[in-house]
Amino acid sequence: MSEAENVQRAATIAVLVENEAGVLARVIGLFSGRGYNIDSLTVAPVDETGRISRITVVTTGTEMVIEQIKAQLDRLVPVHKVSDLTLEGPHLVRELALIKVVGKGDNRIEALRLADAFRARVVDASTESFVFEMTGSADKIDAFCALMRPIGLVEVSRTGAVAIARGPRGLN
Amino acid sequence: MSAATKPASTADALTMSGAEVVLRALKDNGVDVIFGYPGGAVLPIYDALFQQNAIRHILVRHEQAAVHAAEGYARSTGKVGCVLVTSGPGATNAVTGLVDALMDSIPVVCLTGQVPTHLIGNDAFQEADTTGITRPATKHNYLVKKSGDLARVVHEAFYVAKSGRPGPVVVDLPKDILINKAPYTEPPTTEHRTYRPQTEPDAEQIRKAVKLLKAAKRPVVYAGGGVINSGPEASRLLADFVHMTGFPCTNTLMGLGAFPASDPQFLGMLGMHGTYEANLVMHGCDVMLNIGARFDDRVTGRLNAFAPDSKKIHADIDPSSINKNVPVDVPIVGDAARVLAALIEAWKSEDAPQDKPALTAWWRQIDEWRARDCLRYRQEGRIIKPQHAVKRLYEITKELGRETFITTEVGQHQMWAAQYFGFQKPNHWMTSGGLGTMGYGLPAAMGVQIAHPDALVIDIAGEASILMNIQEMGTLAQYRLPVKVFILNNEYMGMVRQWQELLHGGRYSESYSAALPDFVKLAESFHAVGMRAEGADDLDRVIREMIAIDKPVIADICVAKDENCFPMIPSGAAHNEMILGEDQEGGVKGVTDEGKVLV
Ligand SMILES: Cc1cc2nc3c(=O)[nH]c(=O)nc-3n(C[C@H](O)[C@H](O)[C@H](O)COP(=O)(O)OP(=O)(O)OC[C@H]3O[C@@H](n4cnc5c(N)ncnc54)[C@H](O)[C@@H]3O)c2cc1C
Ligand SMILES: Cc1ncc(C[n+]2csc(CCOP(=O)(O)OP(=O)(O)O)c2C)c(N)n1
Ligand SMILES: [Mg+2]
Repeated sequence: MSEAENVQRAATIAVLVENEAGVLARVIGLFSGRGYNIDSLTVAPVDETGRISRITVVTTGTEMVIEQIKAQLDRLVPVHKVSDLTLEGPHLVRELALIKVVGKGDNRIEALRLADAFRARVVDASTESFVFEMTGSADKIDAFCALMRPIGLVEVSRTGAVAIARGPRGLN
Repeated sequence: MSAATKPASTADALTMSGAEVVLRALKDNGVDVIFGYPGGAVLPIYDALFQQNAIRHILVRHEQAAVHAAEGYARSTGKVGCVLVTSGPGATNAVTGLVDALMDSIPVVCLTGQVPTHLIGNDAFQEADTTGITRPATKHNYLVKKSGDLARVVHEAFYVAKSGRPGPVVVDLPKDILINKAPYTEPPTTEHRTYRPQTEPDAEQIRKAVKLLKAAKRPVVYAGGGVINSGPEASRLLADFVHMTGFPCTNTLMGLGAFPASDPQFLGMLGMHGTYEANLVMHGCDVMLNIGARFDDRVTGRLNAFAPDSKKIHADIDPSSINKNVPVDVPIVGDAARVLAALIEAWKSEDAPQDKPALTAWWRQIDEWRARDCLRYRQEGRIIKPQHAVKRLYEITKELGRETFITTEVGQHQMWAAQYFGFQKPNHWMTSGGLGTMGYGLPAAMGVQIAHPDALVIDIAGEASILMNIQEMGTLAQYRLPVKVFILNNEYMGMVRQWQELLHGGRYSESYSAALPDFVKLAESFHAVGMRAEGADDLDRVIREMIAIDKPVIADICVAKDENCFPMIPSGAAHNEMILGEDQEGGVKGVTDEGKVLV
């Protein structure tokens, strides 16, 4: 096999599914059963009737493996559509994180200063803690957390990525 | 909504119990026979069965056998096989059969009982998380939680089982859903909301394929189980295509019968125990047309040495089969029959000439390989060679001219059956290829015999495998199914012994079939006829008697104990590193440690 065929890439894949019992288990079971990576996975209903859910899954693999993942997803019976956003062009990826930082004195001031620089909002505060909310790319959240760690980071809750293609075209 | 789900008539809309709705839905999906085993959770269905005549129930002796029987029924008829089992142990017993059907793309609908909806999740008596357990064991599964969904779900189960790449579907039925009244709706006439497999191939891909095929100097057609799945028309078109192109054709284990074994353009089976010529043609080809085969590891051998100088065209109804193991140059998604029809049309209208001189040279090369006569064996003395037993079985059934179906268990006997029994037609060969399930053959034969009461149905078995579902002899007796069990009794788990001989220094760890039953007496105790061939001079007589008797028979054929199955491509080796019978002395060259890791 050639070098190029062994190169790994990340893929952000959007999957529209019937919102029925067990559908998430099917998707997750497919990844674990076939040994694919899940870097993150999010899911929520997205249409007005609540019948369709959108799963965003971020994975890495060789081109052949990613093609396999898409084909395997697509043949699940309750799947409407599979779209490889990474391959299909410009797209937005966002993740939301809630980040709890505990500290006093200078650390509090430093935490607020960094939060400001990263455009994180304070959504809860006590005399010795903050909860910051931030959205952005996974990288940005990683960087923020890394800076907060020495200052008193105690807990992080992240959604995983959600993504959508740029431009007028919809995924339906 | 997926369906135009109008009630059959408003008047009878709520006069039927869930169980009655299930049976009506089965009937409307063309079910005439169901293989099953009762229990508490499915008693309402058994009660409804008792009160009708449209559907025949065959009582098996183990739920695994019910699924294999349904597989045999399905593979020999092209219809969906149907199974009914109870909750808990009934469902878990069925799991091996379901995975078997999944791996071999066999359409089966399996109805499982479940505890009533209000008890689900409470560890109730005979509760198992059937949809959880069978999720990776099925193509799809359903738990019916509302009576209003019942009819739609059963219809959908049949649609999913048979559409696209076929497979097993489980419908889990809580007992209250079966007892409560439920509305009946006809099978939908509208498209399914989400599952709509592509059957028509893309014209541009067909054109590309034909361009490659026309220019081919060393072509091969490699056809698999997908051609059988597609229906008999696909096999006819395959023969047309192979004849009009003059190409050589090989079949996988699952594809045997898709192309007539007696055809001069047939190379035999390919793969681990395929013929010398088939494997060398695969290795040396410059253009390969794979139609309905999945580049299984038993076929490709070492991937980086697989058909190294070839352009590959792969036609498959399941896009996930394409580029899974082997990257291909021209992928074609579509049904085998549709693809073949399109290829034939495009071949006729493509002006480019074929490279006839190259093709002639290729056939000359193939004939040289054929001259090795790789399936040659010597039947000397009294001890029956297993190859000879299969060969004679084939010749005698051919001479008798009865419609004959062959099923197998798993092991050496299975490979010898594949090598020495010539299959002329699709749907007459049922074997467990993907999962390799010992115990498949007897129940599968049962299902075939139910579908073809007048045909000759023979399970070519090993003495170890047959014991895995031997209880089904009782089913044969009850329904007077004259299935013939033809045991190649080598007193070993021969396939295991062969690997131990070749790869593990002849340390025959636990592969001896000790304490075997007396198969003749065993047959008799199950109201069948037992017979034995101890020497070559007995063989023909036993075969003829076995066939002549209109009852289930076990024929215990005592064969050479230490025979190996060749040719063989050892795991991790390439097609051109195949070992042939004569080379067997001195062990296997070329089995690397990497190869040993493989199964
Ligand atoms: C002991 C043992 C030894 C074995 N040795 C060998 C061996 O030497 N050689 C060998 O070949 N096998 C061997 N096998 C079997 C092997 O494991 C595989 O089961 C087999 O090779 C797969 O056959 P296939 O590629 O035809 O695919 P199948 O499993 O039959 O799959 C069918 C393919 O066709 C596609 N398909 C389904 N329906 C359609 C349609 N309508 N139109 C188009 N495509 C469709 C499916 O998507 C799938 O990709 C052995 C098995 C055992 C147990
Ligand atoms: C259920 C199951 N268990 C184990 C195996 C592994 N296995 C493959 S072939 C074989 C031996 C089969 O022996 P027998 O039925 O006597 O056939 P033979 O090879 O001797 O012809 C075994 C144990 C299997 N395929 N299926
Ligand atoms: Mg044996």
